Amino acid sequence: MSALDSAQSWQDTLIDHSQFPRRHGELEDATHQASGENPLCGDRVHLQLQVDSRGVISDARFAGVGCAVSLASASMLAEHVVGLDVTRAGWLFAAVRGMLTETGEPAPGVPQDLLALQLVRRYPARVKCATLAWHALRYALEDIRQVATTE
Amino acid sequence: MADPHRASSGTGLDVDAVRADFPVLERQVHGHPLVYLDTAASAQRPRQVIEAMDDYYRRYNANIHRGVHTLSQEATEAFEQARRRVAEFINAPAAGEVVFTRGTTESINLVAQSFARPRLAPGDEVLITHMEHHSNIVPWQILCEQTGAELQVAPINDRGELEVDTMVAMMTEQVRMIGIVHVSNALGTVNPVAKVCHEARQRGIPVLVDGAQATPHMPVDVQALGCDFYCFSGHKMYGPTGIGALWAPLETLVAMPPYQGGGEMISVVSFEGTTYNEPPAKFEAGTPHIAGGIGLGAAVDYLESLGMDNVAASEAQLLDYATESLSAIEGLRIVGTARAKAGVISFTMDGIHPNDIGTIIDHYGVAIRTGHHCAMPAIRLFGLPATARVSLGIYNTRQEIDRLVEALISAARLFA
Repeated sequence: MSALDSAQSWQDTLIDHSQFPRRHGELEDATHQASGENPLCGDRVHLQLQVDSRGVISDARFAGVGCAVSLASASMLAEHVVGLDVTRAGWLFAAVRGMLTETGEPAPGVPQDLLALQLVRRYPARVKCATLAWHALRYALEDIRQVATTE
Repeated sequence: MADPHRASSGTGLDVDAVRADFPVLERQVHGHPLVYLDTAASAQRPRQVIEAMDDYYRRYNANIHRGVHTLSQEATEAFEQARRRVAEFINAPAAGEVVFTRGTTESINLVAQSFARPRLAPGDEVLITHMEHHSNIVPWQILCEQTGAELQVAPINDRGELEVDTMVAMMTEQVRMIGIVHVSNALGTVNPVAKVCHEARQRGIPVLVDGAQATPHMPVDVQALGCDFYCFSGHKMYGPTGIGALWAPLETLVAMPPYQGGGEMISVVSFEGTTYNEPPAKFEAGTPHIAGGIGLGAAVDYLESLGMDNVAASEAQLLDYATESLSAIEGLRIVGTARAKAGVISFTMDGIHPNDIGTIIDHYGVAIRTGHHCAMPAIRLFGLPATARVSLGIYNTRQEIDRLVEALISAARLFA
């Protein structure tokens, strides 16, 4: 796949998730939750997790308002964290953040469709839109009772 | 157009000739000629401004008001000539009433701290409007925290117009200071500043006018407005960043204590005490942005060579065209529909977040602002976290508006 093709396919993935968000809604029996907010663009996301006795995320939902990138990112996150144990979910947060803000090289093991988030590396002002939900994930996992920001 | 704020004796601009003065307009962005529709955030600069600053750095760079040598004298003369030109531009009675600052924000902070702070006590009020830029909100909030005064906010209607009668009714004996924006950067509204100043004057309340978006777009006459302070920025009016001005009558400036201490603002310093310089030097501590002042003077010269009446007439025509063109796009809603408006159009589109609009149309070479435009309360009043904003400058054309519309339609299609 050429660079242009992958950009097109990444864009299609993001638009699809933003228009048809997966795991959108509320959990009645969430064990972990956190909100994230980017006051500068007004994006807000609320993430809820259900973690079972083995430490595995058995369910996840998100709600929020924001741009296509922030919604798509939250949708993909909610889809991918279900089934992971909390340690692996923490690793995934670090891997996605690293892929978007640091090395740019996705760590081995990052699910294929999450690679679409790399599209925002071309738009430095938009990286925080993509990382917002992931910061909320970290806050939820670490039980930090504040609104997460990307700063 | 039966609108007193649009009434203008100007006939418009030779936009092709204007465009030739702006080197950046030769740029391609993502393979398209740049369409720059973000002038309200920061205007582009004509070569006349760039060359004036370049000339200072190349030929007579030196500190001002200090040296006896030739370069210093030339630099001093150029800087003070710029001050005279800026004073004339806003019809200030004297050049010495123009204080150079870093911009509108610093001008407002200067007035809040130097003029207003000693006059405020607990129970007093500062009155502003709901459409202020953060730079005309936060300095007053800081001041209120320092003094125990309260911030009062005059409402706006759903067109984004100031409710003037309500604001006048809010001018009680407790109000010690008023801050009002001349032209809203987020909504484009042109406020009836002369009326507000007149009402305030009858009650003895000083008024500061934030003119950052007015000086680039219309003739400004501080005496006709009847305000006590007028603040504006160089970079919004085709001049450099990092320079702006505060105008106030000389007697006001004389009575105000210094804002910052340092060189330039003194006449005699000893360890026992310091005698301050006369205004405007009293408020210009430290070596100023000399090249910036000279560049701002060149921007004034440039705008006056076009004629501010012509600038206003040309932008009013383009605003009408852009408003009509954008309104024809399905699902597009214009936010801020004041009857008196300058060249700013805030809008939203169904199904696309403003930030996505901005990113997508950048791929078509079209530059607009998205977000809250540093006027969060005004945008939130409309129930929105953000808008997309088109702002017009002297170099914009109908063809560029057409390209904007095409790009917006493409963006809408992407999310359809």
